Amino acid sequence: MPSEVVRGKRAALFFAAVAIVLGLPLWWKTTETYRASLPYSQISGLNALQLRLMVPVTVVFARESVPLDDQEKLPFTVVHEREIPLKYKMKIKCRFQKAYRRALDHEEEALSSGSVQEAEAMLDEPQEQAEGSLTVYVISEHSSLLPQDMMSYIGPKRTAVVRGIMHREAFNIIGRRIVQVAQAMSLTEDVLAAALADHLPEDKWSAEKRRPLKSSLGYEITFSLLNPDPKSHDVHWDIEGAVRRYVQPFLNALSAAGNFSVDSQILYYAMLGVNPRFDSASSSYYLDMHNLPHVINPVESRLGSSAASLYPVLNFLLYVPELAHSPLYIQDKDGAPVATNAFHSPRWGGIMVYNVDSKTYNASVLPVRVKVDMVRVMEVFLAQLRLLFGIAQPQVPPKCLLSGPKSEGLMTWELDRLLWARSVENLATATTTLTSLAQLLGKISNIVIKDDVASEVYRAVAAVQKSAEELASGHLASAFVASQEAVTSSERAFFDPSLLHLLYFPDDQKFAIYIPLFLPMAVPILLSLVKIFLETHKSWKKPEKTD
Amino acid sequence: MAAAMPLALLVLLLLGRKGWCLAEPPRDSLREELVITPLPSGDVAATFQFRTRWDSELQREGVSHYRLFPKALGQLISKYSLRELHLSFTQGFWRTRYWGPPFLQAPSGAELWVWFQDTVTDVDKSWKELSNVLSGIFCASLNFIDSTNTDNETLEVNPPPTTTYQDVILGTRKIYAIYDLFDTAMINNSRNLNIQLKWKRPPENEAPPVPFLHAQRYVSGYGLQKGELSTLLYNTHPYRAFPVLLLDTVPWYLRLYVHTLTITSKGKENKPSYIHYQPAQDRLQPHLLEMLIQLPANSVTKVSIQFERALLKWTEYTPDPNHGFYVSPSVLSALVPSVVAAKPVDWEESPLFNSLFPVSDGSNYFVRLYTEPLLVNLPTPDFSMPYNVICLTCTVVAVCYGSFYNLLTRTFHIEEPRTGGLAKRLANLIRRARGVPPL
Repeated sequence: MPSEVVRGKRAALFFAAVAIVLGLPLWWKTTETYRASLPYSQISGLNALQLRLMVPVTVVFARESVPLDDQEKLPFTVVHEREIPLKYKMKIKCRFQKAYRRALDHEEEALSSGSVQEAEAMLDEPQEQAEGSLTVYVISEHSSLLPQDMMSYIGPKRTAVVRGIMHREAFNIIGRRIVQVAQAMSLTEDVLAAALADHLPEDKWSAEKRRPLKSSLGYEITFSLLNPDPKSHDVHWDIEGAVRRYVQPFLNALSAAGNFSVDSQILYYAMLGVNPRFDSASSSYYLDMHNLPHVINPVESRLGSSAASLYPVLNFLLYVPELAHSPLYIQDKDGAPVATNAFHSPRWGGIMVYNVDSKTYNASVLPVRVKVDMVRVMEVFLAQLRLLFGIAQPQVPPKCLLSGPKSEGLMTWELDRLLWARSVENLATATTTLTSLAQLLGKISNIVIKDDVASEVYRAVAAVQKSAEELASGHLASAFVASQEAVTSSERAFFDPSLLHLLYFPDDQKFAIYIPLFLPMAVPILLSLVKIFLETHKSWKKPEKTD
Repeated sequence: MAAAMPLALLVLLLLGRKGWCLAEPPRDSLREELVITPLPSGDVAATFQFRTRWDSELQREGVSHYRLFPKALGQLISKYSLRELHLSFTQGFWRTRYWGPPFLQAPSGAELWVWFQDTVTDVDKSWKELSNVLSGIFCASLNFIDSTNTDNETLEVNPPPTTTYQDVILGTRKIYAIYDLFDTAMINNSRNLNIQLKWKRPPENEAPPVPFLHAQRYVSGYGLQKGELSTLLYNTHPYRAFPVLLLDTVPWYLRLYVHTLTITSKGKENKPSYIHYQPAQDRLQPHLLEMLIQLPANSVTKVSIQFERALLKWTEYTPDPNHGFYVSPSVLSALVPSVVAAKPVDWEESPLFNSLFPVSDGSNYFVRLYTEPLLVNLPTPDFSMPYNVICLTCTVVAVCYGSFYNLLTRTFHIEEPRTGGLAKRLANLIRRARGVPPL
């Protein structure tokens, strides 16, 4: 083979070698985007997480509550676990860990007092019980602590009283009663279903399943007085005193669930967007149930958005109707006026209509001075606030006496139920966010992942795992805090603006830049390689033929 | 969906306590006024003023209750520790020369200026958050007021007002007709008040009274490299000279040359008694030029400075770069003497429009004027250059690299002649037409 041809072939091969060995890696390295590593496997593992919610229950047996030979077996621990049937990808199991023990002397003394309230006062522990835990006292079958026909009692703090039984299967029977009472005070299926309302598939819309407020780090509560007719009514309300007296204690009791801030305002010439109809039978005006949804939108633009904080706002409106439309009543679906003359909208707030007493108009020159009865108003608003948070009436077992409410309006175990629901909701939200983020980043390969986004994702995954561990060991307070941290970190990672860089880089621009450079370079090289390969192939065949 | 409240009030038991203290009388008040003025050009100017005054300590955090004062602004003031907040939105320009001085001057577009309390440590961060919150509340792009067009004021001329005048406004004696809408004799049956204004048109040779201070600004020069920014200040007072504080904020892409700053009054050079200049930093902050100039009586003062236009990076141009770039108006603050002496009056009793002209000395009143905004063209690049670069690179690579490659790898070898072939037949056809012997 002449040396010219060999030189030419060697030159072509060297060109190709340099292009592939040096050029290709250099181009790849200089055009890649920085993507920090993420724990994809851990995130997909979170979806199959098994949540075990443990409620530690201490069961204290009084002297004659169970037969003697059963009393000998104390103390020991019984575990009752069941799965909550929800159509959710995370399996949730509820576990009641009952620690049985005998009563101490001062507890025996307290349990033999005359009434339950006295017993509770004497049993009041010097330090508060941990969140999420319960104490159940078992008294004798014929004890007079409870009324004769009542089998159990649920107290305002985390205590309950159950009647014992003198029977062979005493522990089993009492165990079932205790589980019923403990479920009413902590976790039932509807509590968790309401918390996970956004994540479960909506099979049928039910009026009773009103959605509670979404879990957030804090809330801003705004009380507004709407006076559409200042010429007729000179309305005064002592909102500062009412907030200090009624709302602040309630919010202090709820303070474990988030930060709250309260403010108030008075709006003049603010009308409802709906014209009420006149009912000649009672010579009053009424608002039909179908008109109520249209009331909120026109008013909301006047309420003013919250400038100072990023927390969601709950609006409570007190509307004093105009003289021309007084008195104004709200009718429910049967046509009867609602007793409280108020309604609320889930995840928004509540509205109450305050009718001015017709006696104040007699022989008075307009405008009449109206002093709002804050007790009546605050009763309604606080009840609406409880409903908005999802603190509903518990399902008490039969023959159970529920104690009266505390002065703050919130029982301690109701707060615990809220914290359980919120923890589960936070974990569900964090898991969904992390899964969506991982899917997005896996699918679109040219999104830049910076280091701080990656660290937030790691922190969120660690917080979810820690929260699940704490829930399994029964520490509700730390589990709730960890779940809040998980939600915050996952949202911060998902909404980071640096993820949008290079996202909208169209493919045709990429080709428009590369093709004019690489095509003229690559075509001669490729053609030479093909020619060399064909010739080599032919020369291999030729020796076979000549031989 | 909204639903009426069920009777679920058994859970709550509130003890109503009697005899708690009555609420204190509210400490906020609202006053509103409308001033209707006929203008020399035949138009009618209507000025509305609504004042909500609230004596309160807004700095404390926690629970806050609002009545007449709007909640959104009150929350802003307490959260960002503001001492003063001025926000104006203006469309158009007030022609001072033909209509006389306005009641309130404001520059075209949006202007926001804020005094923070001493307790605020990071002013830049608070400013950025505040402008973003305000742009959300007012649906205006105030968040584009960022460090590239904002300045930190250090010199304050305006003293807080203590007294106002009732019958001497803006240096001339004016007669106001004041309507009190709370008077039942005025409005008894109907709820309307109709006003009819009849005034004699002034004769043509009698020019409308010229205000003592007005200003103009323009850009001169040719081409897209250099230019000159000139401000003309007119002092029409017959015998009094007074000082004027001129504040100019010029964007960084007009590079000012301060050594070319010249101030001339009546043909002679006028040296300002105070100059504060903060040079611009590219893409960070604008030029700040503040001067205290003494305007001689009955004169025109020209302040001019030369500048060079910068070339921006190609992503910094707006979608319509040939429209031009805006230069903010300059601010003139002055204590203008009045012709007639006046007497102070308690400002709670007198009508509100007097409070629009806060005054300090016996015979001076404070005036703040804005000049017109300017539109300046910057040199724009050829935006089709990236496409041209791609074509050029492609051609160069193909031609040079291709030739080089061919030189190195092409080999020559003898080729036996082949008979037939389409190309040969086509070539013979052309040869026969030309009369040349075939292949």
